[in-house]
Amino acid sequence: MRSTRTIAVAVLIAAEIAASPLSATEILQAQRRSGYSFMAPDTQAIQNDDTANPGMLSVLDGEVLWKSKTGAAGKACADCHDDARTSMKGVAARYPAFDKALGRPVNLEQRINLCRVQNQQATPLAYESRDLLALTAFVAQQSHNAAISTDVDPQLEPFLARGRDLFMQRQGQLNLGCTNCHDDSWDKRLAGSAITQGHPTGYPLYRLEWQSLGSLQRRLRSCISGVRAQAYDYGAPELVELELYLMSRARGMPMETPAVRP
Amino acid sequence: MASALINVPNKARRGEIIEIKTLMSHIMETGYRHTATGEVVPRDIITSFVCRYNGVEIFRADLFPAIAANPFITFFTVATESGKFDFEWTGDKGFTETASASILVE
Amino acid sequence: MHEQPNSTRRQFLGLAGGATVFGAIPIVTLRPAEATPATLAAAIRNVVGEAEVRTGKVKLEIPPLVENGNTVSMTVSVANPMTSDDHVKSIHVFNEKNPQPNIGNFYLGPHAGRAQISTRIRLADSQKIVAIARLSDDSFWSASVDVVVTLAACTEELI
Repeated sequence: MRSTRTIAVAVLIAAEIAASPLSATEILQAQRRSGYSFMAPDTQAIQNDDTANPGMLSVLDGEVLWKSKTGAAGKACADCHDDARTSMKGVAARYPAFDKALGRPVNLEQRINLCRVQNQQATPLAYESRDLLALTAFVAQQSHNAAISTDVDPQLEPFLARGRDLFMQRQGQLNLGCTNCHDDSWDKRLAGSAITQGHPTGYPLYRLEWQSLGSLQRRLRSCISGVRAQAYDYGAPELVELELYLMSRARGMPMETPAVRP
Repeated sequence: MASALINVPNKARRGEIIEIKTLMSHIMETGYRHTATGEVVPRDIITSFVCRYNGVEIFRADLFPAIAANPFITFFTVATESGKFDFEWTGDKGFTETASASILVE
Repeated sequence: MHEQPNSTRRQFLGLAGGATVFGAIPIVTLRPAEATPATLAAAIRNVVGEAEVRTGKVKLEIPPLVENGNTVSMTVSVANPMTSDDHVKSIHVFNEKNPQPNIGNFYLGPHAGRAQISTRIRLADSQKIVAIARLSDDSFWSASVDVVVTLAACTEELI
């Protein structure tokens, strides 16, 4: 009798801990800061000036690609979408978005590739390829200063929940969850660099470490490798779910693409 | 498909000192890196940058591997007459790129 | 018959030698810095010859603490009227601990109006940066700054 009750109590407590929403460690709305605010003034200056921001070189390349005919259909993005300044305004701020046909969210890179395959009859561009980064940067730059508004669609809820779990779970040899640094320890320092809150406000961005433009998935993969866990492949649903959660966590913050980060 | 970003004021007063900013897309591979199997990644950098104002050279730079990727170079010049600035980048592996910008000097 | 053991031993030694240097390195890295204060002095002498280099007139602006050594903003300016009689002919920038001592040479003239250039450089380690200006009278002036370079947090693997 007593043993079963003890077990029952133990199970209850364990369930409580497992189910605990950890909301105490989540960052308050008013305290949210973009990675920009953690940078040295010299690095901020690079992002501020469009002529000095190397990310803008990719945006220029993307503009050329936008107008180039491609694929068996011989169509350019511009043929359907016209001037990106109008048609793509605010779009990146709403991604990842739910794709009805696939029944799951897709990020901006995947959306571009879906369009290439379905509408241009072209081959999809490889993740992190120069062309895909350029097109994504060009489209996302049209959302510059737009408020992030990703999670309005109720169909995204289960994916958002999974993304949140991925953010919270401890992983890797270092046994760290994203939340341990980016919710609990932001503004402290790790090996001389400031720990940011991890908001994806400026992707694709020019990272000084990479000396090139890179996507959010690249950053996530390198962080996951950094805690000595096996990183998910590019395009994996887990990475899209994480992206979705991160964008929802940053809701309302202005887009800065193409940002510059150390 | 290298691209350049140039910032030159499109108008200036005669005798005014103007700042010219240039950004060229280039990997600037130092020649000091190695692949995982130990091979040296060969050097591939821009070695020289020249700016001509209506055909006259007004600025030149020698670049070394210590210049960061996507070289950003700014300098000043006196706006003397309306015309064109021509920019030229040359480097390893026969790399050569040009760009130009016009200016109206009144 | 006798060729066999010699060539295998040579191969093995070659491999072993290679492994000692490169074997421990799993990712793309910088070769350990080879420049020293002596190479720096030699590179400077290459430009100035036997002339005396005086401190002054040159301002070298570079952040004392750098977030990432891959891209460091740098501005060099020289207090000078930039007339045909008195101007800056060139500015030369050197470093102490990168694999090689030169950073860049910048050639100006009286038409520049202002002797000031900016660029972004790479720094392999905390070290001293030296900027030397050559004036129209062939005198040399210099400034130097000690920069601290912190490393990036998580090891970035090529993924």
